Amino acid sequence: MNFSMILYILGWILEFEAGFMLLPCIVAAVYGEEQGIVYFMVAVISAFIGFWIVRKKPKNKVFYTREGFVVVALSWLLLSFVGALPFIFTGEIPKIEDALFEIVSGFTTTGASILTDVEALSHTSLFWRSFTHWIGGMGVLVFILAILPMTGGYNMHLMRAESPGHQVGKLVPRVRESAMILYKIYFVLTLSQIIILLIAGMPLFDSLTLSFGTAGTGGFGIRNDGIASYTYAQQTIITIFMAVFGVNFGVYFLIVQKKFKQAVKAEEVRYYLCVLITATLIIAVNIKDMFSSFGEALHHSAFQVSSIMTTTGYSTVDFDLWPSEAKTILVLLMFIGACSGSTGGGMKVSRILILAKTIKKELLSLIHPRSIKKIQIEGRVIEHEVLRSVNVFFAAFMLIVAGSVFLISFDGCDFSTNFTAVAATINNIGPGLSKVGPMTNYSHFSAFSKLVLIFDMLIGRLEVFPMLLLITPATWKKG
Amino acid sequence: MQIIIVGCGKVGITLTEQLVNEGHNISVIDLDSNVVTSVSNEFDVLGVTGNGASYNVQLEAGLDHADLLIAVAGSDELNLLCCLIAKKMGNCNTIARVRNPIYSKEIDVIREEMGLSMIINPELAASYEMSRLLRFPSAKKIDTFAKGRVEIVKIAISEGSPLCDHSIMELLSKYKYDVLVCAVERGDEITIPNGSFVLKEKDIISVVASPRSSSQLFKKLGIANSQVKDAMIAGGGEITYYLASQLLDMGISVKIIELKKERCERLSALLPKATIINGDAIDQSLLLEEDLSHSEAFISLTNFDEENILLSLFAKSVSNAKIITKINRISFDTVIDSLDLGSIIYPKHVTAEYIIRYVRAMQNSIGSNIETLYQLIEDKVEALEFVIRGESPVVGVPLERLNLKNNLLLCSINRRGKIIIPRGQDELQIGDTVVVVTSHKGLDDISDILA
Repeated sequence: MNFSMILYILGWILEFEAGFMLLPCIVAAVYGEEQGIVYFMVAVISAFIGFWIVRKKPKNKVFYTREGFVVVALSWLLLSFVGALPFIFTGEIPKIEDALFEIVSGFTTTGASILTDVEALSHTSLFWRSFTHWIGGMGVLVFILAILPMTGGYNMHLMRAESPGHQVGKLVPRVRESAMILYKIYFVLTLSQIIILLIAGMPLFDSLTLSFGTAGTGGFGIRNDGIASYTYAQQTIITIFMAVFGVNFGVYFLIVQKKFKQAVKAEEVRYYLCVLITATLIIAVNIKDMFSSFGEALHHSAFQVSSIMTTTGYSTVDFDLWPSEAKTILVLLMFIGACSGSTGGGMKVSRILILAKTIKKELLSLIHPRSIKKIQIEGRVIEHEVLRSVNVFFAAFMLIVAGSVFLISFDGCDFSTNFTAVAATINNIGPGLSKVGPMTNYSHFSAFSKLVLIFDMLIGRLEVFPMLLLITPATWKKG
Repeated sequence: MQIIIVGCGKVGITLTEQLVNEGHNISVIDLDSNVVTSVSNEFDVLGVTGNGASYNVQLEAGLDHADLLIAVAGSDELNLLCCLIAKKMGNCNTIARVRNPIYSKEIDVIREEMGLSMIINPELAASYEMSRLLRFPSAKKIDTFAKGRVEIVKIAISEGSPLCDHSIMELLSKYKYDVLVCAVERGDEITIPNGSFVLKEKDIISVVASPRSSSQLFKKLGIANSQVKDAMIAGGGEITYYLASQLLDMGISVKIIELKKERCERLSALLPKATIINGDAIDQSLLLEEDLSHSEAFISLTNFDEENILLSLFAKSVSNAKIITKINRISFDTVIDSLDLGSIIYPKHVTAEYIIRYVRAMQNSIGSNIETLYQLIEDKVEALEFVIRGESPVVGVPLERLNLKNNLLLCSINRRGKIIIPRGQDELQIGDTVVVVTSHKGLDDISDILA
């Protein structure tokens, strides 16, 4: 294990986080809030420590997959820890496990909150909370890769460990340029949402924070009733943008390059849109009696499906009151998640697609024992290695869900609370059902359960293996 | 530059590593997805699995923006087809590896008609390298610059040599030849020396000089420098054929030992002037019977690296011959260097070096000013030849007043055909061609030599 290299990258994490923290300072200056001083102090101190670490480059630059995974996992822990400090020091979220829960929920783009009264927070903290969604959505290491000229083969290991999806392809030969292109697309899309929301009459602060939450598929709102009090037009804009950020960014790159044929062919995105539309229609029919018109039912159904499937977690209504058919569909959508290569969480449509095709293949081989069939996606053969890793991912994911449900069950909540709390955190969504429904929050859990859920959020965002590798003793053994 | 490399074999990977380090954007194509995955894990490149001769696969690898396609896959025909398609559809420069001697006779026609930029035959390239060494047997390696007017010759300092235990400054005043020691290898350590550096026995030094000065110097030092008169070659593969025909042309008598009867007959038909022995080169008594102990050169070119190493060690122990060992696959550089194997030729490095030289020259036309580049000491020290095209902060200032990078040495200036081995008072002028030896990577312009 190359510790000096790991430390060096962690140093850069501190530097960048300090940079990110200057933005809430600006907000504090605009609103004249004294919390800004705390943010500024934390930023200065972490910049100072970071600078001290990165002042000399490590000599040994040997970097393998395991270093990549460990760095990514440690980076996210460090990022969360430092990010939680201002909440504690401003006294807005005094308990350390609460502050950590809130910030991990931010960085992992979960959007689950332990706050009972969101509107009591200062603008500075509200901004920081939402901004962490934006950073966490595309990934902070990808951001560092895009900005720092780090050479060497290792940066691919970082990008792979941090980016969602079963296989991370580069858009262009260089990691740095690929990362830059991803962030450019991300930035342009976010900016367009902000502008469109402004045109639709939303105040600047709201449109900034909500756009950050949509772009990262996070879900932190800035009002106690979530998105419910915004106009229908504004809600519709958010619906569309949530769906947009759930699409593989590679498709946008193809569109920018004017390769429309290839973009249309993207199999994962087609299935994603199919599921999105089907679920919307079924739920709309299912809930139509609860609203005055079918149009209104469709509006809320579309918003909720788009919000849950892309793992954003905004809500316009309390869907916990919906009939159980609708709720079941929403919980299933949680596990499917968005496309790989998007900012969304969940297991990803591509993995579900591969799993479904594997099952079909297995059935075929029972009927024709000597048949040979290769699984294909977009006309491309999926290698055995990829299939294996998808299967293992699925197994590990489900075992962790089961284990976490067991661990938090000691708090005495009902099953649907426990199950959806885990599902909503590990899939990075936010609201679940029952006691963790859209109009309630996670504050009633014990400190231990909160830690389990924090772990689940990180597991979900980093796609299981980096976090597991971190707690595997063999990782830290010599040789 | 955007470069596509088809084929991730030994040469493909060596090329990838070098070109990535020089800052090019590389896509690699190979049929084997495992190879592609491991290459794209190790280097910052885009990996594409597929047949490199397919237009769609090339497109996926970024053909529409590519400047150059290098085809180094296993088969000649595939390589040529890759290049043809890339040239016709993507209009980029192309380099193909073609090793079949049947094609290599028609190489110029093929290249011209198919619009290829360069065709490289690794065996032929390796054989050139070897015959150059046999022309000057004391050298471990010779590179030429400025169209042959400057040489960098690598020699080992033998026991009791007059160079031992003298500083470079003393030697200069003692011998008064226009030569410059530009790199010293001592064990694992590599130094780009200054005047006060003291040479020791067993150091391997790289000397820059014009061919005349170097030959005079070596004569004075008592180092043999006339070409060998005869050579014994173990193994009768393609390199042997190319090397033997070059040696015969130079008037060196050649003896080839080859195990397979049919190959012997074929070689005899191709090389009527050579002596072909049908026998196993690994047989000691056969080698001695064929008078290895009095040969002036011994070249081990069998297909097995291990055999080559043993043969060379044996030849070293029974004769004073100049020894050249071919190594194909083994990569334990440090172990190999510690053995006394004479000059070692890695055909894959030779091929990669030829191609990289072309890439550098190509980039030259887009902005960088490097004329030629040589790996002086593998991966560690490079010799670069720059042309000074216009005004630059290095022009018109005495060298001693320039703040040069550490581990960097200006070795020679070619001013309108006149070779100057620069001293502190000399100045660079526009139009000069300068050879720089350095352990820094990625220098693009002469002004990069400044700290």
